[in-house]
Formats: sequence, C-alpha cells, structure tokens
Amino acid sequence: MNRSPDQGALGDRSSGGAGREAEDLSGWTPEIRPTDEMSAAERRRLVASMRPEDAEPVPELTEVAVPDELRERIEAAMAKYPEIRSASLPALWAVQRHYGWCTPEGMRQAAAVMGVTPAYLESVATFYDLFHTSPVGRHRILVCHNLSCWLRGAEDVLDAFSEAAGVNADEVDHIGASSDDGEVYLRGFECMGACDIAPMASIDERYYGPLTPDDARTAIDQLRSGADPVPDRALAGRQTAGGPEPEPDPRVKEGES
Amino acid sequence: MAGQTRMLFRHVDEPGLASIETYRRLGGYGALTRALKEIEPEELLSTLEDSGLRGRGGAGFSMGKKASFLPRGDMDKFLCCNADESEPGAFKDRELMWKNPHQLIEGVIISAIAAGAGWAFIFIRGEYAEVADVLERAVDEAYAAGYVGENILDTGHRVELVVHRGAGAYICGEETALLDALEGKRGNPRLKPPFPAIQGLYGGPTLINNVETLSNVPHVVQNGAEWFKSFGTEQSPGTKVVSVSGCVQRPGNYEVELGIPSREIIFGLAGGPPEGHEVKAWFPGGSSAPVLTADELDLPYSFEAMADAGSMLGSGSIIVADENVSIPHLALRTARFYHHESCGKCTPCREGTNWTVKMLERVISGEATPMDLDVISSVQDNIIGHCLCVLGDSMAMPVGSMVAKFRDEFEAAIQAGRDAAPRPLDESPTDVKPVPLEASA
Repeated sequence: MNRSPDQGALGDRSSGGAGREAEDLSGWTPEIRPTDEMSAAERRRLVASMRPEDAEPVPELTEVAVPDELRERIEAAMAKYPEIRSASLPALWAVQRHYGWCTPEGMRQAAAVMGVTPAYLESVATFYDLFHTSPVGRHRILVCHNLSCWLRGAEDVLDAFSEAAGVNADEVDHIGASSDDGEVYLRGFECMGACDIAPMASIDERYYGPLTPDDARTAIDQLRSGADPVPDRALAGRQTAGGPEPEPDPRVKEGES
Repeated sequence: MAGQTRMLFRHVDEPGLASIETYRRLGGYGALTRALKEIEPEELLSTLEDSGLRGRGGAGFSMGKKASFLPRGDMDKFLCCNADESEPGAFKDRELMWKNPHQLIEGVIISAIAAGAGWAFIFIRGEYAEVADVLERAVDEAYAAGYVGENILDTGHRVELVVHRGAGAYICGEETALLDALEGKRGNPRLKPPFPAIQGLYGGPTLINNVETLSNVPHVVQNGAEWFKSFGTEQSPGTKVVSVSGCVQRPGNYEVELGIPSREIIFGLAGGPPEGHEVKAWFPGGSSAPVLTADELDLPYSFEAMADAGSMLGSGSIIVADENVSIPHLALRTARFYHHESCGKCTPCREGTNWTVKMLERVISGEATPMDLDVISSVQDNIIGHCLCVLGDSMAMPVGSMVAKFRDEFEAAIQAGRDAAPRPLDESPTDVKPVPLEASA
C-alpha cells in the first residue's frame, strides 16, 4: 500500500496515451465521479482525464491538518493489529464518527495517518453498506425488509417510517434517503440478525422491535424532538425466549460441579 | 419449557452474566485454567476432535479436525472468530455474545492455545454495535484479569485478542472474504485452495470458527469428549441454539439437543403459526437452505437428517412461512437479498442473482411464460459450484427448491398476472404507428 506515485502508476508518465491527445483537457475540472446527469461527452472526457499517474499519492502527514481526536483514534487502531493495514475499517469508522460521514477530506486525513492513498480508503469505504460516502441525515434508521421481518409486516413499517420522515419510499427501499430537514436518514436494510423482534429497525445503532407502523411514526416524532425513540421497544434488556431458566439437564448440572 | 437443553444458554438471563465477576462465580474460566495447567496443547486438540463438535456456522465441519489442519511449527498463526452473523433468520450469535461474552472469550483463548495461535480476532458485524460494545468491555476485563495477553496465568502462553468491527457486508461472513476485510480490504472472497488453515490471515495459517462453535469449547474442555457426546446424536453431538422466526407465535433462540424432532422446535417451543394458520414452507437452516414443506416437519433436527432431506442445518435458523405467504414473493425476497449482497467478483453469481431477480419480477408481474420457470431453474443449476464462494449457491439452492416444490404456485402467479393485465400481441405496443416508407427515406 505504501506506494510512491512512481511505483504505483500503471503506465509510464512519458508514454502518454493515444486517447489523451484527441482532446485538450486543460482548464477542465472533472467532477469527482460520474453522475447520472452527465452527458456522454462529459463522461468520456472524465474517463479520459483519469490517468493513474495523476492519482493522489500518499498524503504527507505534515501537510494535512488532522484533528487530534481523529488522529489518536486511528493511531490506537493501528497499534492494535499486527499489520497496520488492518486498521482501515476502524479508521473509516473513526472518520464517520468524527464528520458524520466519510468525507473526502476525512478519508484523506485518515490516509495520511495510515500511510496509504486516499483512493485506497475510498475503495474500501464504497464496498461496505454502513459507510456513507455522501452526507446523510443525523439520525440513522435502518429498517429490515428481509424474510423474517417481511413475513411479519416490515413493508408497512417501512412505509410508515418513510411517510413520517417525508422521504420517498421507493428510494428508501433501494439506496436510502434523508429528510429535507437533515434530521433523519432512512434505509430499507437486509437482515440485521434480530428476527426474534421482527419487524425491527436499527435506530442510531440500537435495535428496536417488534415495531408497528404507529411505533415508526412515534419514533420519528421523538427523534425530531430530541427524545429517546420508542424506549419500550429496545432490544437491550430483553429476556431470552423460552421462558425462565428451566430445571437444568442432569448432565449439564453434573458438568458444572 | 420442555424440550430445551441449556448448556451454552445456562444462566443466560442471570443479571450481570456479561461481567467477569458473575461469569467466574458461575464457574467461568475454569476450563481455561484446566487447559493451561493440566492438559498439553496436543491433547486439547485431540479432545476437541474426539468430541465430534461440528462447526455451527453453516458447513458443519468437525472443529477439531479443522484445527488439526494447521501446520505445526513456530510461524505466526491466527485464530478468527466469525461473528459476522448475517444469514437471514440467524440471530443466535448475537444473543450468545451479548448475554455471555466471556464464554466466547474463554473458548477463543483455549482454541488459540490448542492451535498455537498468538493472535485471535473476533470479527463482529458492524450492525451489532451494541453487542460489540459489550464484547469489548468483556475483552478489557479478561485482559485485566490476566486471561488474555502476555503470559496468560503465568504459564508463558501469549494470545492477543482484538474485536474487529465490520461495516455491513454479508459476504464478510464467508471465511476468506472475512480475512480480506480483516486485512483492511474490500471483502472479496479468495480462491481456495490454499485454504485458510495453510495460508489465511496475512498469509499465515489461520483457524476460523463460528461464535457458537467456540462457545462450546470451554464445556468440552471442562467435561471431556465423552461427556459432550452424551448430548445429541452420534453424528451431531452437543446442543444447538436454534433461531426460530417468521410466522410463529414465540420467535426466539432455543437451545435444544441435536436430533429432536423439528416439529417440537417449531410448535413445542416457538408455538407454531398463530391460531388458525398452518405451516406451508420452512427454511431449516437460514435463507440459504432449500425449503422444506409441512410434510417434512417430523424430521429430526440434525446435520445428517437435514442433509438426507436435501436441505441443510446450516446455521440452525428456522424461518417459517404460513399458508398466506406467496412462494414466488418469498423467492423474490430471497433472491433480492443475494443480488444485493453479491460482491460481483464471479460472473455466475453476479449475473445469476441479477437475472433471477428480474425473472422472478416478471413472474409476479405477469410478463413471464411457464417456460421461464425452466430458465430460472437452469440459471440456478449454472450458479451452483461455479464460484469462488457459496453466496450464489445460497440463492440458487432455496430458489431452485421453491420452483421445484411449489411449481404450481409459480404457474398460477404467471397466469394471474396475465389475467390481470392482458396484453394481446396485436394491440401492443399501442402508440407506435408504422412509418410510411417514403417518410423514412
């Protein structure tokens, strides 16, 4: 990972490329990434402008202003593993906690601390569903719509959440959407491992269920007013299914003595 | 409640069980002391192998045998606990870690010593933030008490233990993708062989086990292989935490002896479908397992019986669908999940999951023909066994089984869709007028 720009380039800087001479790209600033709004010509120019030798190298730590708290967290993570590269997920978590999402500048700072390229961290961030590479609402609600929750009415719960948050339900179901006031980010999510409380949702990394459409509306109101959402639906403190501790099997009992 | 045999779940709701004091008061870390002071590592390995403990993560491979594949010698070796529980329908590891984290930590340390691993990692899925907090606190307690770290209990053994949080990718539960994620990369599966036991994390020999498997280890070590084999069946010894969900009255985790009738779990423990409803189909081992029907409810719940029935015990997660559930919709939900989670590395999985979703959508919207069902089946056949990992197979097996067992319903869905939106050929598309020849010249 610790490549210098010269080693890492796929092609030699001097060799150029036939495609590049076709168009003069000077003075044209590309978008960060292709968007649906771009015309075919713009896309072509963007692709032509992406040259490996222009990729940002490992940022110099002395030239990047990293907030102390962020730097400490990332360095602590790096120290925990036998190899530094393992710290990229913890580093991205730290960036997301610090800035609310994985901002390009935040990833650049983390890259400087870790000694990797910003592109490397971005490639990792885009793989994982829980890392946001664009700004999202303050409270994050993930509503399970996988089998067990779906069988118990998750669709209605998701619709109620969407309606209460004022976001497009279809968008929520596929890629997630944030409310206009920036308070709520809502996304239909795959199984989160809490089918015992189906239909369920994860609100700011805490599990809640079983939820009704009414609970969904209440939760959104509570989040907007700064209150704890539906505390009586929290998974924390819930007893294991199957009732109170049964009389132990004699063999288990014998094993304990 | 009758039918349960609580070994891993013993004292599960005891207040404070997640703290080291309570765990120790109930006999915890006794097995670790025994493993360190009374048993040689080689003997530990043979005890695990003799116990017949099978992996609880899905494949059901002998845990002791897997550990014995690691080469001997003093190279750096690693142990990874797979806590990336993401299989739809599975939630046993969440409860095991949340309620009793020290049981897992003890199992991890004993297994690391048995395998000669100096580093152990617990890879927990990012969604389980609450559980990871509990686990991290417990690991800190274990470090402070000298059960993990340098010179464990003054015996000279060293095991470092790190809790590693994932960030939301089902594929990271696949063991080689987990290793890539742990190395700080995108979680793509690797080509096997070499298997992780030979070349795994950072290129070193690596043992990877599920949370429940490792949680069994202290019990096996404390009481011996023979004692452990007194539970369950000959080929599936021990207990199993079964997650039951879907159309049942009391969804939840139930710990049972392997081999009890499936009906007893679904009806006796989980209460069966609500009054007036009946079981139509059920997944015996998470959403990757081929579905079984109501006729198969009396099968014993064990690795071998589920395999004989053409399905699998998998992670031990039962999802029940009652008679109101439309099987084509169930198939679509299942396929959509695997389509979303496919990492895209292998073509059969990336394209196969995509096309299966599209074809099932056509079935439901009435744009399919009965011949499409054969195409769906053949796509599934072309995924199975053709990829680096089994994610594609995990969609192909249940979807294939649904089309095979409930074909009538798929045909009826196609017909119903056509009846609802008839589109005779001569009327469609309606708004296109033939362009006169001279106009186009």
